[in-house]
Amino acid sequence: MNRARLLGIVVLVFLTTFALIEVFPYLWMAMGSLKSLKEINRFPPTIFPSSFLWENYVKAWQSGPFPRYFLNSFIVTFSILGIQLFLACMAAYAFSKIRFPGRDFLFYVVIMCLIVPPQVRFVPLFIMFSKVNLINTYFPLVLPYATSALGTFLIRQAFMDISDDTIAAAKMDGASTLRIIFRIMAPMAKPTIVAFSLFSIVYHWNEYFWPLVMTTDETVRTLPLGVAMLREQGTGARWHIIMAGNMFVVVPMLVVFAFVQRTIMRSFTMATMK
Amino acid sequence: MRTRRIARDTLLGYALVIPTLSVFAIFFIYPLVYSLILSLYEWDMLSPPFYVGLGNYVEMFASRFFFQTLVNSVNYTVGVLVLALNLGLVLALMLNKPSKHSAFFQACIFSSYIISWVAVALLWVWMLDSQYGLVNFALSLIRLSPVDWLGDVKIALSSLVLVSTWKIVGYPMVIFLAGLRTIPADLYQAAEIDGASNWQKFRFITWPLLSPITLFLMITLMIMSFQAFDIVRLMTQGGPYYATEIFVYYIYETAFLYSFQIGSASAAVVVFFLIIFVLATLQWKVLRKKVHYL
Repeated sequence: MNRARLLGIVVLVFLTTFALIEVFPYLWMAMGSLKSLKEINRFPPTIFPSSFLWENYVKAWQSGPFPRYFLNSFIVTFSILGIQLFLACMAAYAFSKIRFPGRDFLFYVVIMCLIVPPQVRFVPLFIMFSKVNLINTYFPLVLPYATSALGTFLIRQAFMDISDDTIAAAKMDGASTLRIIFRIMAPMAKPTIVAFSLFSIVYHWNEYFWPLVMTTDETVRTLPLGVAMLREQGTGARWHIIMAGNMFVVVPMLVVFAFVQRTIMRSFTMATMK
Repeated sequence: MRTRRIARDTLLGYALVIPTLSVFAIFFIYPLVYSLILSLYEWDMLSPPFYVGLGNYVEMFASRFFFQTLVNSVNYTVGVLVLALNLGLVLALMLNKPSKHSAFFQACIFSSYIISWVAVALLWVWMLDSQYGLVNFALSLIRLSPVDWLGDVKIALSSLVLVSTWKIVGYPMVIFLAGLRTIPADLYQAAEIDGASNWQKFRFITWPLLSPITLFLMITLMIMSFQAFDIVRLMTQGGPYYATEIFVYYIYETAFLYSFQIGSASAAVVVFFLIIFVLATLQWKVLRKKVHYL
C-alpha cells in the first residue's frame, strides 16, 4: 500500500469520527426526547427508547404557552427581516447610485454601527423602553434591529454592480424611485438579498440574549426563552421533556438548512468576508 | 438646470437614508453616549441617580472579582480561538477536494453553527451530567473515572470552551475553504513539478497565502467569543465559585440579576465596548490589507 492511500484512509477515518461527534448529540437528543423519565435516568443508558413516547412532545408543549412562543418567534423574526430589507434597499440605493453631500461620511457612520453589539446597547435601551412603557411589547424586540449595517453594506455592494444604464432606462420609462429600487434593483440583487435574509432569519430565530433582557413576562417571549424556561420549572431532571422542547427550536432550523444548505453556508461566508 | 438636478438628488438621497440613519442614531449611537453618561453615576433605577465621577471605574478595576472575570474571559476566548482555528484549518484542508462526501461532511460539521445556543447548551448540560451523562458513560466504557465537567472549579471553563468549539468549528472551516479556493491551482502544479512534498506545499504555498484569512478569522473569533453569554447563563450561571464568570454575564448580573446597579454595569459596558472597538479596528485594517493583497 502506498503512502498516499494510507493518508487517504487516515483522513477519512478522522473525518468520519469528527462528523459523528458533531451529529451524534442531535440523534441523542432526538432519542432522549422519546424516552420515559425512568429510562432517561437509567445508567448505563440505552440508545434507543424502549417505546417511543410521543406524548413527551405534548407535555413539553403544555408546559408553557408554546403556541404564543412560536407565534412571537415568527412575528419577531419576520418583522425584523421585512423592515431591515425595506430600509436597507432604500439606503443602499442612495449610497450607491445618488450623489449628495456628506454621503461617504454617512456611509462611514453606518459601517461604524457594525461594531456596536447588542451587549453594549441593552442597558440604556431597556431604560429607554421602560420610560415609555413599551417593555413586554414587540417594539423593544424589533425596533433596535430595524436596520442592519451588514445588510445595508451587502446590498449596496450588489447595487453598485448594476449598471447606471439600467436605471437611466427605467427613468426614461417614467419609473418612480421606489419602483426602481424595489422592482428593478432588488430583483437583480436577489442572490445577495436571499443570502442576507437567511443570515438574519437564523440569527433572530435563535436569539436568546435580547428577548431575555427586554421582557419581564410571557407576552412577547420567543421560543428559545420558552425552551430555556422548561429547565427552570418543575423538579428533578426532566430531560426527556426538555429535549422534546429543544426539538421545537432545532428542527425548523435543520429543515431550512437541509433545503438551502449551500446558500446558507455561502451567506455566512459572505456576511463576514464582505 | 444642473443646480436643480443636484438639489433634487440631494433631497432624494437624504430622504432615502434618513430612516436608516435615525434608527442608528436612536438605537446605536444614543445608547453608547447614554452608557458613557450613566457610567459616571450611581443609580438603582428607583432612587434618583447620584454623580460619582470615575468612581465606578475605580471600584471596578480595584475589585478582584472583576479581575477574575477578565482573566476568565481571556482564557475562554483564547481557548476557543486556538481550538476552533486549528481544527477548522485541518478540516478545511481535508475537505478541500470537491467530492460528494466532502459536501456531506461539511454539512454535518457546519449544521451546529446554525443551531441556537439555547439548544446546544441544554443538550450539553444533559450530556455532561456527572451521574447520568452520556460523556461520562463513554469514559466508563474505556475504564476512565467520571469527570465533574460543569461542577469542578478547575474544569468548568474548559468544558465551556469544548462545547463552544464543538458548536462553532464549522464556521472557520467554511471560511478557510473559501480561502483555499482562491489559491491558484497552477502554484501547486508548479511545486509538484519541482518535486515538493505535501508538507512543503502547505508550508510554502497554502499557509502564506491563507495568512490574511487566518488573521481575519482570529479577530472575528475573538470578537465572537468575547461576546459569549448564552452558554454561561444556561450551563453554569458563572459558577462554580465564579470559575465561568465572563464579561457579558458580569454586565448582565450587575445590571439586572440581583439588584439594579446601572452605573457599575455601564462602566463595564464602556470598557467592553472599547475592547471590541480595538479588535474591530484591527479587523478593518486586516481586511483592507487583504483586498489590497489579493
